[in-house]
Amino acid sequence: MDLRYFAWLRERIGTGHEKVETEATTVAELIEELKRRDEAYAFAFSDLTAIRAAVDQDLVELDAPITGAREVAFFPPMTGG
Amino acid sequence: MIRVQAEPFDMGAELTRFTGSVSGAGAVVSFCGLVRDVASGDLDRMVIEHYPGMTEKALAGIADQARARWSLAGVFVLHRYGEMRPGELIMMVATASRHRADAFAAAEFLMDYLKSRAPFWKQEITADGGQWVAAKDEDEAALRRW
Repeated sequence: MDLRYFAWLRERIGTGHEKVETEATTVAELIEELKRRDEAYAFAFSDLTAIRAAVDQDLVELDAPITGAREVAFFPPMTGG
Repeated sequence: MIRVQAEPFDMGAELTRFTGSVSGAGAVVSFCGLVRDVASGDLDRMVIEHYPGMTEKALAGIADQARARWSLAGVFVLHRYGEMRPGELIMMVATASRHRADAFAAAEFLMDYLKSRAPFWKQEITADGGQWVAAKDEDEAALRRW
């Protein structure tokens, strides 16, 4: 599965893209898995109210399923316009 | 029509082209957003990051919602990414309808949704470095009126 990170989440994690093998079935489970990796991930995902997620480029809630997804993205609240 | 680009654009030319492309319209409403200076007045530039692929998909989805809610002869959304200086145009929306009420409402709807549902992130660069712009609670609250 491809993971993408944007804005300060990308900076805190240190990369904008990586490939992972995961057993997680929801976005929230995937976050918990990533947080256990190291301090950079734990810090990046420390405040879940500041985290938005997209599954296959559609914005979703954190309890959304990821089974069969090709790409999951994480980013802070959007500030376009 | 949706366009996402790094290059600057000519608002007048875009609006003329859009107005010429719609048929049966009696009203065109447009809005543009500019790079605003920071409170301390020393903004060097703004850098906008986006999520290629999702950006176009999200903007098209928002435009489709507007077309479903109002009777529109046309919708145009243009948003830039990359580096821009204070005073430069960041983005524009334009809507066309038979009567003005639909075009006004749809343009406001597009802006409210685009601000917190399209994957763009602004970073302000000053002499002190880069600062990510925080989302405002009122931007999220603005969605509830629709």
